[in-house]
Amino acid sequence: MDAFWIILSSSLIAVTCSLLGCYLVLRKMAMIGDAISHAVLPGIVIAYLISGSREALPMLIGAAIIGVFTTVLIELFYKKAKLQIDASIGITFTWLFAIGIILISLFAGQVDLDQDCVLYGEIAYVPLDLWITDAGVNMGPRTVWISASLLILILSFIIIGYKGLFLTTFNEEFAKALGIAVGFWHYSLMSAVSLTTVISFESVGAILVVAFLIVPASAAYLITHKLKEMLILSAIFSVLSSIGGYYLAAYINGSIAGAIASVAGILFLFCWLISMYRKRNNTSRLILNSTS
Amino acid sequence: MNDLLQFLSFSDPNVRFVTIGTMILGATAAMVGSFSFLRKKALVGDAIAHSILPGVCLAFMLSGSKDPLVLIVGAFITGWLSLIIIDGISRTTKLKNDAAIGIVLSVFFGFGILLLTSIQQSGNAAQSGLDKFLFGKAASLTQYDILVFSSIGIVLILVLLLFYKEFKLISFNPDYAKVIGLPVKFLEFILATITVLAVAVGIQAVGVVLMAALLITPASGARFWTHRLGTMIFIAMVFGAISGFFGSFISYVAPSMPTGPWVVMCLSFLTIGSIWFAPKRGMLAKYRVQHQNQQKILKENVLKLFYHIGEKENDFHAERSIEQLLKTRDLRPTELKKGLHLLKSENTVRNKDDKWLITAKGLNEAIRIIRLHRLWEMYLNQRLKLEPDHVHNDAEAIEHIITPEIERQLEKELNYPTKDPHQSIIPYIKE
Amino acid sequence: MEVALETHNLTVSYNRRPVLWNIDFKIPVGQITGIIGPNGSGKTTLLKAIMGLVKPSSGYCKLFDQDLKQVRERISYVPQRESVDWDFPASVMDIVLMGRYKSSNLFKRINQSDRDIAVEALEKVNMLEFSNRQISQLSGGQQQRVFIARSLAQGADLYIMDEPFVGVDAATEEAILNLLTEMKNQGKTVIVVHHDLQTAKDYFDWIVLLNTRLVAVGPKDDIFREDLLQEAYGGKLNVLSKVGDLIKEKGFSVRERK
Ligand SMILES: Nc1ncnc2c1ncn2[C@@H]1O[C@H](COP(=O)(O)OP(=O)(O)OP(=O)(O)O)[C@@H](O)[C@H]1O
Ligand SMILES: [Mg+2]
Repeated sequence: MDAFWIILSSSLIAVTCSLLGCYLVLRKMAMIGDAISHAVLPGIVIAYLISGSREALPMLIGAAIIGVFTTVLIELFYKKAKLQIDASIGITFTWLFAIGIILISLFAGQVDLDQDCVLYGEIAYVPLDLWITDAGVNMGPRTVWISASLLILILSFIIIGYKGLFLTTFNEEFAKALGIAVGFWHYSLMSAVSLTTVISFESVGAILVVAFLIVPASAAYLITHKLKEMLILSAIFSVLSSIGGYYLAAYINGSIAGAIASVAGILFLFCWLISMYRKRNNTSRLILNSTS
Repeated sequence: MNDLLQFLSFSDPNVRFVTIGTMILGATAAMVGSFSFLRKKALVGDAIAHSILPGVCLAFMLSGSKDPLVLIVGAFITGWLSLIIIDGISRTTKLKNDAAIGIVLSVFFGFGILLLTSIQQSGNAAQSGLDKFLFGKAASLTQYDILVFSSIGIVLILVLLLFYKEFKLISFNPDYAKVIGLPVKFLEFILATITVLAVAVGIQAVGVVLMAALLITPASGARFWTHRLGTMIFIAMVFGAISGFFGSFISYVAPSMPTGPWVVMCLSFLTIGSIWFAPKRGMLAKYRVQHQNQQKILKENVLKLFYHIGEKENDFHAERSIEQLLKTRDLRPTELKKGLHLLKSENTVRNKDDKWLITAKGLNEAIRIIRLHRLWEMYLNQRLKLEPDHVHNDAEAIEHIITPEIERQLEKELNYPTKDPHQSIIPYIKE
Repeated sequence: MEVALETHNLTVSYNRRPVLWNIDFKIPVGQITGIIGPNGSGKTTLLKAIMGLVKPSSGYCKLFDQDLKQVRERISYVPQRESVDWDFPASVMDIVLMGRYKSSNLFKRINQSDRDIAVEALEKVNMLEFSNRQISQLSGGQQQRVFIARSLAQGADLYIMDEPFVGVDAATEEAILNLLTEMKNQGKTVIVVHHDLQTAKDYFDWIVLLNTRLVAVGPKDDIFREDLLQEAYGGKLNVLSKVGDLIKEKGFSVRERK
């Protein structure tokens, strides 16, 4: 039963991440996703310190704010100080992340967080944290409920905002010319990413979220030409990685989140090979066609 | 405070070792990072750093030893592998560089975490300490470690100095480097190798997670002090060394703390400080220039008021009341007064109580600006073919910018005009 | 003359340095107008300023004598083909349907009439058979046709196109030209950025000659004069670029106060 709960919750998280990741990859913002996932750390710690618990609401608000704050800070470095974009990203997230780690080590007593958790989360403990209603009914692990709600939220965002995300991702200038609020879509997506990062944080840590965000999405991108297919495939890859990762971790007795990232990497490798194989076939066909 | 004195006295030989060692590591990384920064490959360094974790773990698992030389071999192999894969992904697929970096970074790191946790679980007695690679722990370095890492660092610095000119060229102008027959591929290979090694030794001080900062942040800050590469690298190295020093101090006073985040904090402060306070290129310097511009514009506009009234009344030297001046132009009274007082301190206007008049020096200055205004109007009218009623606003701004050199050029191009498009006379300063 | 587009003292700067200085002209309704000038003369920037994609440092544009906001649905913009990533996972039909998107219907589903309009637009550019093709598998000329179909699907009155003839073969070039003429015959106005002087004379009714500043504007026969062309292609104005550099270096603005 534990295995089931762990796989279920990691699948829910991974699917949510990879859906958003598809848009990050297509918008060439993979590293912004990386930056946000690091940068939410101080937000999380401060929310802990203020609210004194893992209360979901303050944390979520804090997360959305700090996610947008991160992108704004990067833009400040980039546009006001005229620093190149990769350096702006690098400075911002390392700085915020360092603040987070320092806060954790300074308030080690007060904060129920440690460096390991930051790095790879505690997904193995998911089945221990049960949601028991006031009437005493055992509803199963809390994380499963939270991540399921998050998935529904993000899924609705993507379904309702499908056209807006599609248009602004493909051709921002055209969208602006149509009078569409491009900034609204950009910052909504960034808020969604930070929200997801924060919720995933407990389970997989701040760093491995990146793997969940972009690896399955990139793998799917390599083998399909349709956005809808890409979204579905990336979700499938995330579930497969979660299942594979769980058993791999059990087999070599290591971190589940780390194992999931590794399996996702293997899936990516497969997709990469498939895409190369297809490309070679295509070119050879083209050569055949042109010679015949 | 006592801690600091004790630390600074270097009475403990181990402290001395660790401090000098981490300073060298910081400086090495900053130097190598300057090139990554210039080649716009700052985030690749992040990927290398993360990819080193599985290398270190594998080396430990296979050899069972924590000898720094063994671990560095493992680090070097996976670090290099990550570069090859990033390059492969962006070359052979439609994925862009940023996605390639993100994929390699996270998968390698995930795999590293998997190995690391597995080693920890296995209860291997020698394992304790591998996790210092995550966030760095300078104080736990042994003298032997320091010796090995610092020597590598110094060798790297020497190699960089040796190929300095070539690296400079391939960073700024790779095409030209190719044209003049430099072995660009080979040089890039050397530079990549140096980067991997610098990252491998640098993580001793800050850990893999924050290593990117040790590469990127000093160079970014140094950029604001100079545009000369040599100086920039030097400043970056100083920043790196200062942060290394600070990191080892923290390690000394709070041995349980990870060093990395403190090093990064120190670096970030140096860099953000540079962004704000560096002379010339810093934000404050820029704001100051803008403030000065605003003052210059205000002063010149006020002088023009005197000229315009004088022109209308055919008397440039009469006293003017504030009201009269305000009527001529849309200017706030407070601004006008501020302008008048600024001008007074330069002896271009004088006052008797509330009556102001322009001095001879001020009049010459006013004539100069009016002249530039009308010349520019003429230029817009003739060269940009703007209607006379469209040229004024533009000239209002440009009159404050034109240098004597451009003035002469304008006169010549317009064939020494005497009237502007509105048929007002273009005044000349009478010697 | 009825005016489709008017720019008034338009100055546009990047990092303070103006790349368009005081551009002031009018373009008539119902004509094909070519905006012509050497590389880097600010043609793309002009279109972006018209479409509100960059903010002018001074001046303004009017479309059909109104602000862009009021007439947005009557204007269609075709960006430079290279400005998007053609590896994007979408089909030709998906892209053309984007022409039916508006800020008011962004949350509604695409309906059948939108589809019909898109099909019609694809037919016009002769790409109907490719409607399910993935855009990554198109040639340059086909990509351009898709962009034009998307624009047609908007059903606008004024079409603003950035370099639609670049990188397309002769057949496509002719097809696009025929389409433009047909649009003109229906009373539409078309503004096209172009940089080939040779063909410009045959393609356009009106010409805007641009090189950082406006060199000339008018019916093509008035504009195709040796001296004007020489002026437009003879390089930038020395004084103007120097002043531009100064503005950037010294941190001034092209208008006294913002
Ligand atoms: N985003 C930007 N930031 C800074 N400068 C820019 C930017 N975009 C364009 N420029 C500069 O503005 C000038 C005008 O560019 P623009 O793209 O409008 O020229 P163009 O006439 O369309 O040229 P082409 O024929 O090459 O397309 C060029 O000198 C260019 O370098
Ligand atoms: Mg252009």
